[in-house]
Amino acid sequence: MPETAQLRLALITLLALLTGASGAFADEETYLMPAAFVAGAFAGSPPDPQVVWLVGDLGEQAADILGHAPNNLRERYWLRNGRSVWILEEVGKEHPFTVGWVIEDQKVIDTKVLVYRETRGWEVRYPFFTRQFEGAGLTAEKQLDSRIDGISGATLSVRAMRRMAELALLLNGQISRKHAAN
Amino acid sequence: MKFVQKTCLSAAAALLVCSLPTQAATPSNEELYRIIQQQNQRIGSLENELRKERGAAAAPNQQVLESKVKAQQEQINALADRQEAPSKLDKVSIGGYGELHYNNLDADDRDNDLDQLDIHRFVLFFGYDWTENLRFYSELEIEHAFISGDDDSPGAVELEQVYLQYDLNRSTSILGGQFLAPLGILNETHEPPTFYGVERNDVENVIIPSTYRVGGAQLTHRFGQGFQVDLSVHEGLKIDAENPGDAFRIRGGRQSTAKAAANDPAYSVRLKYSGIPGVELGGAVQYETDASQANNDALENGLLWEVHSVINRGIFGFRALYAEWNFDINDDRALANGISAAQISRGEKQTGWYVEPSIKPFEKVGFYTRYEDVEGARESDVFDQWELGLNFWPHPDVVLKFDYRFRDQSLASQSGRDFDGFDLGLGYQF
Repeated sequence: MPETAQLRLALITLLALLTGASGAFADEETYLMPAAFVAGAFAGSPPDPQVVWLVGDLGEQAADILGHAPNNLRERYWLRNGRSVWILEEVGKEHPFTVGWVIEDQKVIDTKVLVYRETRGWEVRYPFFTRQFEGAGLTAEKQLDSRIDGISGATLSVRAMRRMAELALLLNGQISRKHAAN
Repeated sequence: MKFVQKTCLSAAAALLVCSLPTQAATPSNEELYRIIQQQNQRIGSLENELRKERGAAAAPNQQVLESKVKAQQEQINALADRQEAPSKLDKVSIGGYGELHYNNLDADDRDNDLDQLDIHRFVLFFGYDWTENLRFYSELEIEHAFISGDDDSPGAVELEQVYLQYDLNRSTSILGGQFLAPLGILNETHEPPTFYGVERNDVENVIIPSTYRVGGAQLTHRFGQGFQVDLSVHEGLKIDAENPGDAFRIRGGRQSTAKAAANDPAYSVRLKYSGIPGVELGGAVQYETDASQANNDALENGLLWEVHSVINRGIFGFRALYAEWNFDINDDRALANGISAAQISRGEKQTGWYVEPSIKPFEKVGFYTRYEDVEGARESDVFDQWELGLNFWPHPDVVLKFDYRFRDQSLASQSGRDFDGFDLGLGYQF
């Protein structure tokens, strides 16, 4: 077979691989639905959701953490026995991604990336990365008190994760004080 | 009391009517917040009235007031729902980056001195998502700020990327169009705040010709919680194999998908692992079926391989890369073109490597040093260089850079290009 014909055959084979790859590559990654994440945080029996408004001083503090006005005027949360769950969204580089946060005693005790839409930085979905947030709290300056090592090529997604963690801890502090006062 | 109550309810109703007349136009956050504050005041007022009514044991009026309060709360929630509802603009993404450079380099031959201010890059990107699985992405770049119609114009307008990408599933995606070749460290991620040094390293300029964009198709698959493989078929290089000065220079062979010769494609495979926070280990191979895009000339196929590591743990960082090209060169034809035996030898195997340790003791300041060795085809592309400097990030997306460089040319004929000097840079991304 002439060399050029071999090359064309190789090209066609590779193109076929590219276009027909849906069957060739299994989907190894699974997402947890937000409702399932919330249920899992409360042993399968979640409380009714409540709402905190991100207005006034709280809105300003949230904006300071996010570096922009909050996307939502309200955030839903689930609270029982001092444990709160938050489902937050933030843009990494181009697209918003959705992360669930479980807070207890002003510390992150669990987090999972529920929906990821960015084309890069997918490593933030994996436990080797999210485990770094466990035990993290908030300093007086409203910053995480734990070191989070980044991911090469995913700087913006890592920073978005940090912002969401700080926001979840801020909101948890707010509702904890509110419920304690009641 | 009834008069007071009626007046109160009328005022509340009027306020609602006045505050919600523009359902067709979505209010801004500030407007919505003002409306909510106003309505909260009214709710408070109504609740006070309700308490008074309860005190007066006026049961029928309690129901009216309670229904009013409930209606107002529903109105507020409806407004917030409207504000938080998805918008068509959610499908659009824009961004960009750019960098301004000042170079002050003193060469052994003063004719090679450089004292220059340059808006090196101005890049805007635009994307659109048709669905969660299908998206468009583009980057448009202006290099060197000024473009005119004459040949002396220093600048250029370039498409850096334009492609459609489709997610086959959560682990696998395919793209077609013009994209950045999956090679090295900087070729895909080169926004100024993400790397040290005013100028990009020379290995990923001379050996891996960043920014190296190619037209074709690419499959990306992620597996094993940290591994990624990229397979691509794309236009090949079109490297000069005739002119003695520039022969076998890789960087000059980029076609940038501009009426690119496509009869001799290239194939790239990259494997990288980033399953440890702050760590990326990667390697890639690219095979050029004919690196000059011309049969039976002095240059035939070529093979690039590279390995690299990026490590950022705590305040310490480390980058290293090695890249090597091997080209099949027909010596007789090259010599017939007037290309020297020495340049043929340099062209056949072109290599480069660098190491770059860094430390970031403060959130906004980091220091680095880099040593690199480049063995390219051109006489001026054979050198080693040492540099050191710092980055200052006043904001995570904005960087000020300073570095000092020493370059030592390997060939005696190029000793006049030896230089030392400093660079200043200002960069951003958004």
